Formats: sequence, C-alpha cells, structure tokens
Amino acid sequence: MSGGVLGRVHSVQSMGTLDGPGVRFVVFLQGCNLRCKCCHNPDTWDITGGAEFSADQIVQKAERFREYFGEKGGITISGGEPLLQAEFCAEVFKKCHEKGINTCLDTSGSVMNDKVKALIDLTDRVLLDVKYTDGASYRENVGCGIEKPLEFLDYLNKKGIATTIRQVIIPTKNDNAENMARLKKIVENHAVVDKVELLPFKKICQVKYDNMGITFPFGDIPEPTPDQMAKLNNMMK
Amino acid sequence: MKHENWRGFNVGKWQESIDVRNFIQENYKEYTGDDRFLAGATDRTSALMKKVQSLFALERQYGGVLDIDTVNVSSLTSYAPGYIDKGNEIIVGMQTNRPLKRGVNPFGGMRMVRQACEAYGYKLSDTVEQEFRFRTTHNDGVFRVYTDEMRAARKCHVITGLPDAYGRGRIIGDYRRVALYGVDRLIEEKELDKASLAGDVFTADRIKLDEELFQQIKFLGYLKEMAKMYGFDISQPAADTREAVQWTYFAYLAAIKEQNGAAMSLGRVSTFFDIYIERDLAEGKLTEAEAQEIIDDFVMKLRIARHLRTPEYNELFGGDPMWITEAVGGMGEDGRTLVTKSSFRILNTLYTLGSSPEPNLTVLWSTSLPEPFKRYCAKVSADTDSIQYENDDVMRPIYGDDYAIACCVSAMKVGKQMQFFGARCNLAKLLLIAINGGYDTTSGIHIGPQMEPIKGDKLNFDEVYNRYNLYISWLSELYVNTMNVIHYMHDKYAYEKIQMALHDTDVHRFMAFGIAGLSVAADSLSAIKFADVKPVCDEKGYIVGFETEGDFPKYGNDDDRVDLIAKELTHTVITELRKTPTYRNAEHTLSVLTITSNVMYGKNTGATPDGRKAGEPFAPGANPMHNREENGALASLNSVAKLSYDDCRDGISNTFSITPEALGRDEDERITNLVSILDGYFAKKAHHINVNVLNRETLQKAYEDPEAYPNLTIRVSGYAVNFNKLSREQQREVISRTFHEVI
Repeated sequence: MSGGVLGRVHSVQSMGTLDGPGVRFVVFLQGCNLRCKCCHNPDTWDITGGAEFSADQIVQKAERFREYFGEKGGITISGGEPLLQAEFCAEVFKKCHEKGINTCLDTSGSVMNDKVKALIDLTDRVLLDVKYTDGASYRENVGCGIEKPLEFLDYLNKKGIATTIRQVIIPTKNDNAENMARLKKIVENHAVVDKVELLPFKKICQVKYDNMGITFPFGDIPEPTPDQMAKLNNMMK
Repeated sequence: MKHENWRGFNVGKWQESIDVRNFIQENYKEYTGDDRFLAGATDRTSALMKKVQSLFALERQYGGVLDIDTVNVSSLTSYAPGYIDKGNEIIVGMQTNRPLKRGVNPFGGMRMVRQACEAYGYKLSDTVEQEFRFRTTHNDGVFRVYTDEMRAARKCHVITGLPDAYGRGRIIGDYRRVALYGVDRLIEEKELDKASLAGDVFTADRIKLDEELFQQIKFLGYLKEMAKMYGFDISQPAADTREAVQWTYFAYLAAIKEQNGAAMSLGRVSTFFDIYIERDLAEGKLTEAEAQEIIDDFVMKLRIARHLRTPEYNELFGGDPMWITEAVGGMGEDGRTLVTKSSFRILNTLYTLGSSPEPNLTVLWSTSLPEPFKRYCAKVSADTDSIQYENDDVMRPIYGDDYAIACCVSAMKVGKQMQFFGARCNLAKLLLIAINGGYDTTSGIHIGPQMEPIKGDKLNFDEVYNRYNLYISWLSELYVNTMNVIHYMHDKYAYEKIQMALHDTDVHRFMAFGIAGLSVAADSLSAIKFADVKPVCDEKGYIVGFETEGDFPKYGNDDDRVDLIAKELTHTVITELRKTPTYRNAEHTLSVLTITSNVMYGKNTGATPDGRKAGEPFAPGANPMHNREENGALASLNSVAKLSYDDCRDGISNTFSITPEALGRDEDERITNLVSILDGYFAKKAHHINVNVLNRETLQKAYEDPEAYPNLTIRVSGYAVNFNKLSREQQREVISRTFHEVI
C-alpha cells in the first residue's frame, strides 16, 4: 500500500455512461455534507461508512478498463461529496494523469479550500450539480446557501476547467420557466460551461430509504414526464 | 483461363485455380464512408415482404409448421419449383414446391422425422417408410456401435445434444464458387482431383475419398439440374449481380435441400457480391435501389428457409433456427478493410425488411474497422438487437481473411476447412458426479470411475479439484470416442455431397467439442476454495445439496481468484481432449457456448456449491451467472475476456443485455459508447459478444402478450431468436438475466 491518504469508497461502477463524456469508470465516495431532499444515494451520506482504498488501488482498478474508454472516456469520482476527500481525489487524479486517463469530478461545489483548489487543477472536467437557482429553494431543499456552488463555478471559470452544469428536474420545485431562465443566465455568464444536462428526478431510490428506515422527503413528488423534460430542455436552447 | 462473364475483372491466380479469396482481393473496393448512400425498400420489396409476413403469421397459427411434404424425400431435384410470387421475385428458389412447406430428410435418422411429422399432425408416408426400411441412416449406424458407457453418458445428460440422430451441420460450402466459376469448371476441377488419386495405394482413406469425389461430382450435376428447373443455366460463371446472387443462392439452396444440418451457415458473401454490384454500377446497369433490392430479395429467401424438426428440438434451441450465419466486415491481411458498401447493404436489410433472427448477421469486428462502419453497426444493434460481433483481430491471424462463422461462433476458412460438430458436455454436472464418486444423483445412473463420495463436513478444495480433474480426463476420452463414432457414421450414411463439392478436396477438419456450465463450475470451485461448503447427504450417503457459508469471489467481477479457475478449466478440458486421437485426424477444438440449452442443462443438474438450486438454469455460454456481478458490466466483460481463444478455438460466447438508458442519454452517445465498449472488449482479446439494447419491461410485455410483438428479436447465446418462439421457460430465463441498468 502506498503512503498516501486513504479514501472511503462506497462502490465502483465499471461501466459509467452517464457521468461524464464517453465510457467511464465511476468511483462513488462515501460521505456527504449536504442532505438534499431529492438525494438518490442516502447510503453514501455517512462519512464513516464504505471501505478504505488507497489511490493506487483505485487507479489500478480504473486501468483494468482503459481499453473501453475510447477517446472521451476515463475516470469519474462521484459520491457522496468527493470534495470532502479532496486530498485523496487529487492523488487519484494525479496518478490517472500520469497514465493518460481523463479525469472528471461530479460535485455539488459546496466546499472550497486549498485542497479543493489543488484537486481542481488536476480535473479535466467538472460535473457541477446546480440544484436550484434561487437562494430560498436552495436553502429549503439542500440545507445551505446557494453562494458556495456559484463561487465554485466562478473559480472553475477563472481556471478554465471544462464544466457540465447538471440539474435534477423535480416537479413543483424547479420545473418552471423562471428557474430555467436563471439557469440559462448562469450558463451564459460562465464561458467554461459547454454542456447542460437536465436529469429527470427518479424515485427508484425509495427502496434505499426504506432499507435505512428513514423517510424519503420527496417520496410523494411524481417523476417528470418525457414531454415535460423535452419542454424544459427546449427552454435551455 | 478467361471467360467473357469475367469482363472488367482484374486478372489473378483466381483464374487458374479455384481461389475466391484471390478474386476478392484483386477486385473488391473497400468502403470507408458512412451509411448515407443506402437506399430504402422499393414498393416491390415491401409488397413481397408483406406476403412473407402473412405467411409467417399463418405458420404461427398452424403451431409453427405450415405444411409438410411427407411423400418426397428432400434433395436437390425432388420438388417442382416453388415461388412466393413468381412474377415479382428477383431471386428464385424454394426448398420445396411452396414457401414454408417443409421437406422430410431421413438420412440423419428416421425417428426424428417420424416424430416431427406426428407432432404437427402429419404421418410420414408409406413410400418413405418403405424406401428407408432397407436403408441405414446415420442414426442407425451410430447406435450399432455406441457402447453402454456412451449411451449412459447421453442418458444422464453429462453429454447432450450430440448429432447422432440428426444432421450434424456446421459445414459451410463455398457457395460463391458457383457464381464465380460456374458449375462446369467446378466439375472439371473435381474430376482432375479424382484422377490424381490414380497412382495411390488403395487404402481405406483413399477409397473413401475417391468415392466422396464421385458423389460430389454427381451432386454438382444435380445442382445444374435444379437450377434448370427454375430456368437457369448455371454451368457458366455469373454475368452480372443478379446472376451472381442467384447462382450463390442456388448453391446454398442445394445444401439445405440435401442436408437438414443443425446449423447451415452461409459464409461470407456480401463483399463478394459487392464486386459484381460495383461492376454493374460502373457499367450503368444498376442503381443503388436495384442493388439493395437484389440483396433484399436474397435475404428474404434466407428468412423463409426451414427445416423439419421435432418440437423437443425446437424447444431446446428456441424456435427452429437454421443459423444461416453471414460474416460481415473484418480486415484484410494487407491492412485494407474488407468492409464494402455491400456490408452496409446486408445490414440494411434489418431496416428494409425489418428486424429478424435470420440470417444470423455476424460482424467481424476489428479495432481498425472504419469508424463510420463501427457506428453503423452500433446503431443497427441498438435499433434491432439482431446482430452479433466476433473478434477479427483474434481470428484473422489464425484463419486469414477469408474465413466465416458456422453456427454461432465457429470460425473456419471458407471452402478449405470444415468441422465435425460435437455439441457439449455439462461441466457442472460432471463436478457433482466427481464429488459423488461416479454417481449422478439426478438420473440415478452410475457412470465413470467408481469410488466413494467425498467424505467430511466441509469440502476440501484440493481433494475436490484433483478428483474433478480425474473425471474430466475420463469424460474427455469418452467424449472423443463418441464423436469419432458419430462422424464416421455421418460420413458413411449422410455425407454432405454438395457442400463438400464446394470445398477443396484436401480439406482441413476440426472436431468441435463444447462445454456448458462453466460459470457454475468456476463459482462452485471458488465457493469450495474461499468459503465453507458443507455437503448435505441423502440416506444412501450421496451428496445432494450444499450449505455454503461465507463469501467467495464470483466469476463476472474481474476477480482473478475465480476468473483464472474458469480459464484453467477450459485449458484442462482441451488438453485432456487432445490426448485421444480423432476420426480423420481432425483438430480438436473447444467452445463455450450453450445456445438456449442452458435452461435444459440446468434442469438436469442438481444443486451446486455456488448456491445454485437444483434445476435452476445455467448462465448461457461463457456468461457469468445472473445477478452475481457487483461492479457493473465492464467488469463482467473483463472476466469473460480472460478465457483464452487458444484453448477455445471453437468460440467463446457472451451475451450482453443493456437498457438504452444505461448506454447513454441520446442516440449519438449510445452509439459512441457502444463502439467504445466493443473496441475495449475486443482489445482485451475477447472472442464474441451478442448485444441486446432493450428494457426488461419490453420483454415482460412480449411475454404477456406475444401477438403484440411478432417480430421482437433478441440475441441469445450465439444467435438470435424471435422472442415469442422461445418456450415459456426460456422466456422467463431471458427476462431474469442480468440487464445492465442505470443504478
């Protein structure tokens, strides 16, 4: 085992096609600082859960799949909130870059410190989850202020890190024209954003909440229809 | 040698001797562009296909068989010409005098024919019964020689599906030769070969070959006669595209009239046809729409090809497949791609005529294939679930660049190599027999070396493994000897005259053995090695179940601890098989392929140490067991890719089902990602993959309402089927398989 910091890992997915460009090896880290009401991975909240891995172990696993990455694929670190383990992520990404593997970070952008900055320097693309576009909704449904993700985006913009903005579309919460207009504005104001992904809210995670014996706060909200998604996507064009 | 119908072709050694590959190499035009040149179906094609669809519907209404000619024994000239719609067909020729009417072919065995007729409400005619009363069939011959042990191995299902009661198939005639050379030239060459035997000593082998050549020549004569019945003189080379396709089809048709073989594959014709199409296009004789129309008409004929088989056989193989496998694409030895516009055209039939399991379109994938062709294949997969992929980069160094695929995954040089098909043995059952010291608890049969069942509260890996190897060694010898009997008799009583006439006289033979239950056996050994497996005995002291405690590595997670057990098993089996000499010095090969029989193998196998219950289906082919993977699809592909093609030269089949959502967010992403997955899998030197892009819900709906999904095609192990031709049990098994979904 290398001397570096260990990471707490929830699970790995050898074939990720939805978290970043191309085919990707996705590492889901354990531990999250937010408690979003729409969260589909409550099992990743607990920072003490998961299993410990060294950066080398993770990179070795990723390398097993590099033949599948094609021109666009690579590794994605998701979570949980990877920024809580920024040092570990940076070590993984550094080793990936040494081996020519593209790096992608899936985050809420809710943490900023020197370790995070070092991590960003090693990141080829950030998937930034802008959950809501107004402070009130953000505070109500995420539990903190919207300033941090927006500052995070400003920083990415300054550093010129390619960014995909993602938003989970939750009926009655953010499926409206005003939100879309604000989101569009955010995108326009940040040149590094070259892609926007609106993701339909899914309730397949209900069973995880049931297993954990806790309530899914958005359990009563319906999933958006494909028509609704198409309409919102159109607004973003 | 010259011929007026070869006008405009580049000269080469193909003119001096029978050498289709050389003709292709000298004349084909590689195509590296995209699919935008393709034409759609013409009104004529659509109208004709509509008729074919209504015939299919009628066939379904009649319980799967539309009609049987019980009087005439199927052969090249035994039926009057048949048509779908005479005036509107571009390519003609039927197996019998009417579409979807099946002929009887008792040369493989009478019992199968009788039972098949009866199952569908017919009775085999007295004429045929009389005619075969004093004839020996292949089946008769085999059972005259089978030992008690061979019979017992069959009866307890440790070896199953052997071609001892039906035609062996898996032979691909080089049907293109008829188009390129005309039949007269082929006869001439065979006569020269026969004459050249003159000085040899009259050994049994030489006499056998001499007589075979006589039969080949005679049947080439029948082939001409058969074509004449349809108004064509095929003694000379084909003069244009339509003739080239027609001549080739006549040759294939002759093969399926003569033989009811298990798999009757087509070979590698599309790039060959392309040369004629390019010449006609250049001469201004043909438009793109007309070129597509000819291919469409040809493929339509392949889609209505049928053999008469028993319902049990159909249940085993899911409908009544013929495995009319056509190998598409690949790279040439000189680095040019063998992809031509006609590679696109033949895949395009899945749009012009709709999706379909037959012909079994098999893309020979190379990481060097032109990118637009890769993307087109991925699109066709996502849209139709009708094609499979095999690794050209792994096969080309062994078979050159003019090989094709017989059945599902069996590579052979076209016209130069053939195989003796050998179904498969059940490795999971063999493990249980070994543990019980030569007793099969499912059938109650004692077989193999006799010893005490393994004793103790916990199975010891080394003890089990050593014993297992002993039984593998025993079974391998029995398996080879059984195959020797079968193929001796098949050559003697049901020799493939027209197909072998379309091979070089000096042909290389493979003997293709197979294994089922690899993932069950590997996981069971892993459980014994890494967890605690306690045997559960019945009152007689035989082990009938297992209590497995603790976790163990499972095949399908890219974990060497178990994956290498699977790999070593295949190596052990082929090594043991090679120790027993084969009939006609055939080269031993091994496949990991079950087709749909994984359900039946499971049914006949008791509970296994991996936790699989008695009777539960195996995973198909080389697939990991369902729902045992923990790290996603690519980890599962990596496990399969570790099996060595050098040990399994008859192919390693893997079936991969993924939901569209898990492949990407839009069509463009899905295509790009599927191309990356195929490139990656094959860069890992994997051999084969079936790709299904569909939702479990679709299958569930088709299960509940079959009539609403008459054409739903899915890939199973090595080929494709109409979902509603599967048995209910097979449908349930397919639905329960691992689908790679969004998590």
